[in-house]
Amino acid sequence: MQPATPQGAPPTAPPTVVTAGPSVPSIGPHAPTPDTSRTKALADRLTAAFPSAKVDYARERRLKVTLPPEDIKAAATFARDSLGFDHIETVAGTDYPATGEFEVVYFAGSLSTHEQQDLVIQLAERVKRDEPTVPSLVDVWPGAEYHEREAFDMLGLKFDGHPDLRRLLLPEDWDDLPPLRKDYNSPGR
Amino acid sequence: MAVSLGPQHPGAGHFRIRLWLDGDYVVKADPDPGYVHRGEEKMAEYRNYIQNVPHLERPVILDSSGILFAYSTAVDQLMGSKIPPRAEYLRVIMAELNRIISHEYYLGILALFVGHTTMITWCMGDRDLFIDLAARIGGARVTFAYIIPGGVRNDMPQGLETQAFETLDWFDKRMDEYEKIFFDNPIWKERASGIGVLSREDALKLGATGNVLRASGVAHDIRRAEPYSAYPEFDFAVPTSKDGDCFARAFVALQEMRESVKILRQAFKNIPGGPVRLKLGPQPRVPAGEVYSRTEAAHGEMSYFLVSDGTPKPYRLKLGVPSFKNMRVIPHLLKGIHVADVPVVYWGLNYWPVEADH
Repeated sequence: MQPATPQGAPPTAPPTVVTAGPSVPSIGPHAPTPDTSRTKALADRLTAAFPSAKVDYARERRLKVTLPPEDIKAAATFARDSLGFDHIETVAGTDYPATGEFEVVYFAGSLSTHEQQDLVIQLAERVKRDEPTVPSLVDVWPGAEYHEREAFDMLGLKFDGHPDLRRLLLPEDWDDLPPLRKDYNSPGR
Repeated sequence: MAVSLGPQHPGAGHFRIRLWLDGDYVVKADPDPGYVHRGEEKMAEYRNYIQNVPHLERPVILDSSGILFAYSTAVDQLMGSKIPPRAEYLRVIMAELNRIISHEYYLGILALFVGHTTMITWCMGDRDLFIDLAARIGGARVTFAYIIPGGVRNDMPQGLETQAFETLDWFDKRMDEYEKIFFDNPIWKERASGIGVLSREDALKLGATGNVLRASGVAHDIRRAEPYSAYPEFDFAVPTSKDGDCFARAFVALQEMRESVKILRQAFKNIPGGPVRLKLGPQPRVPAGEVYSRTEAAHGEMSYFLVSDGTPKPYRLKLGVPSFKNMRVIPHLLKGIHVADVPVVYWGLNYWPVEADH
């Protein structure tokens, strides 16, 4: 069997050291009037392509958009290819028993587009607690594979189309409620 | 043949990688985390914002400032806090001290697993000088619970700059010696160059972060891309490499330590006076809302998604730890390599199992 990795010669030059990063005003709520024009422009392009999208907020560096689960994969592909959000950072599932829903949020950064390096898009979807199945976005962002497994493990969310949906952090024989659900109480509490 | 690397193996950390081997080559690798999963996110929902500080530090004890910086930034943003300038400088000082402490450990362990005993003993010994500085500021050798919502817990002792400048001046020359004994070493070059190459495209697709990402040619560092705290006031570079191999990842870490020394010199020299902490009380009430904060910890991008319902305890605290983000790179790079290359690739990824498990 041949190794996939080529055994190359030592590098001839030391790695390049670059100074990088756009000059952006310092972050913080005390910064003078936040400029939301960039995220608003991106929000407009997204809602134009996906009328079912609802913009939750367009802050200076954060854009949160909620979509129905059936549209989220196409919207994520659009966010990656047309808006430049090429780098999945994390996936957060949250339990909202008050409305009987789970919320799943995908956080993606934009690393290849220099002037967007400080932006993060948050693509969110809501699904019923008793039918918690959403599409997997591993085809869009392969790095989402373990993040989705963690949401499956901790909340019981099922990701349709995930290549390998199984537990990640909990023991294989965990037989109690998914622990990040609000109706699971840590022992002793 | 299927074998387990860990969790009892000393070369695995608190972690297990299932390996399928065909002779001397790895056919497939599957990370099996969770051995030190303690339910940090669930615990956070039972404790108020100040009580959360000590346990949130524990997943990555050697870069405890890194994991708390993003948490404190998230809480500060939701509360609309204006952090005093001296506190911001002290946060940066602790964060950069912790970056060096973490990177020294990273290079030391990497050297250990290729058999370079001098490098590990030097790294572990030199690291202690920075732990001493951090201990004089934070009061402990690790997990100082120092960076908290509202600022930092206490001021640094007067006259610490003297010890700091001595350490930094000595360390600058010391890093030249690291290059001589380790990075110029023909055995390390042979074992690390061209091994475990992560292309730029794959680094982006898989969500890699930290020195792993920068060694694959992506010049992205949150301290520069989305400057926070006092970082806009410092002059420093973001080292990258186009090679993407094990050599590059370790070399980028060394260069990052050089940049940390630069930042520390400027911080100790220019730190303003004033208070170091806002009076938030033992149970601060955080307004309802959500925030997503990012900082550059030693292992990579540390991000928190915080949802507050206006009560003293978080409704949801999602920890986006850098090691978890890099975990997806492990099976990708281990596939097809020699068994003997497994430690070079794995330990070169700056992966901290306890952090990944949170």
